[in-house]
Amino acid sequence: MVHFTPEEKAAVASLWVKVNVEVVGGESLARLLIVYPWTQRFFDSFGNLYSESAIMGNPKVKAHGRKVLNSFGNAIKHMDDLKGTFADLSELHCDKLHVDPENVRLLGNMILIVLASHFSKEFTPQMQAAWQKLTNAVASALAHKYH
Amino acid sequence: MVLAPADRAAVLALWRKLGTNVGIYTTEALERTFVAFPSSKAYFLHLNLSPGSAQVRAHGQKVADALTLAVNHLDDLPRTLSALRELHTHKLRVDPVFFKLLCHCQLVTLARHYPGDFSPNMHASLVKFLNHVISALAPSSG
Repeated sequence: MVHFTPEEKAAVASLWVKVNVEVVGGESLARLLIVYPWTQRFFDSFGNLYSESAIMGNPKVKAHGRKVLNSFGNAIKHMDDLKGTFADLSELHCDKLHVDPENVRLLGNMILIVLASHFSKEFTPQMQAAWQKLTNAVASALAHKYH
Repeated sequence: MVLAPADRAAVLALWRKLGTNVGIYTTEALERTFVAFPSSKAYFLHLNLSPGSAQVRAHGQKVADALTLAVNHLDDLPRTLSALRELHTHKLRVDPVFFKLLCHCQLVTLARHYPGDFSPNMHASLVKFLNHVISALAPSSG
């Protein structure tokens, strides 16, 4: 089980209150789809994903990005039990969606890059390390029920 | 040709903008790698790794110079980087995963300092460029 120090929890929480979930979530998912185009295979029903501007402006991408980042918000409330928190989502991503867990780790890295671009002053190496630990732990928790 | 024309143009334009500051950002990327991925420090036990270390700064500049060399020789990366490949593979025996971590931290650093220039397409071009550098530096990285 991943253990977060009080300092790491405080760092994550202090940035989270400033995050616009729709903006950061939407941009993170859009970057995943643009930088790693194979991930578009999971979003056939989203319509126009043919260009950077189409993806960035796609309302379904924004909505789903917000949903995904809200689940990270839930993770922040349950940092001591991520496996339990993500048990249902893990089964969903394995059994129904068939998403390779590596793609979840890549999405975590996109979130970090978007946070760095929006919060340059706050995103110190220590802040990055705390968020890196969180996103890697979420990816791991999401992969936990895979079989 | 290693990179498509649009990716090549984007990377060249960004590098021109970074100018002589490439070393500053590569050093920051190294420092971030050490903090976010502490196991990476294993390759640098001979250096003083405390924040602001002159030795880390010197190594950051070396990495920056190699990246600039790569940017200016996009058509011939394997040959251009052959000596560095030899060094990192056979002498230093660096796990290629480390290069991926450093590249991720490089992207975080650039996004932090140049958010206005770091569009998703620019981001994608940089990832392609850095992946080609990693392939040339560590051919067995898969």
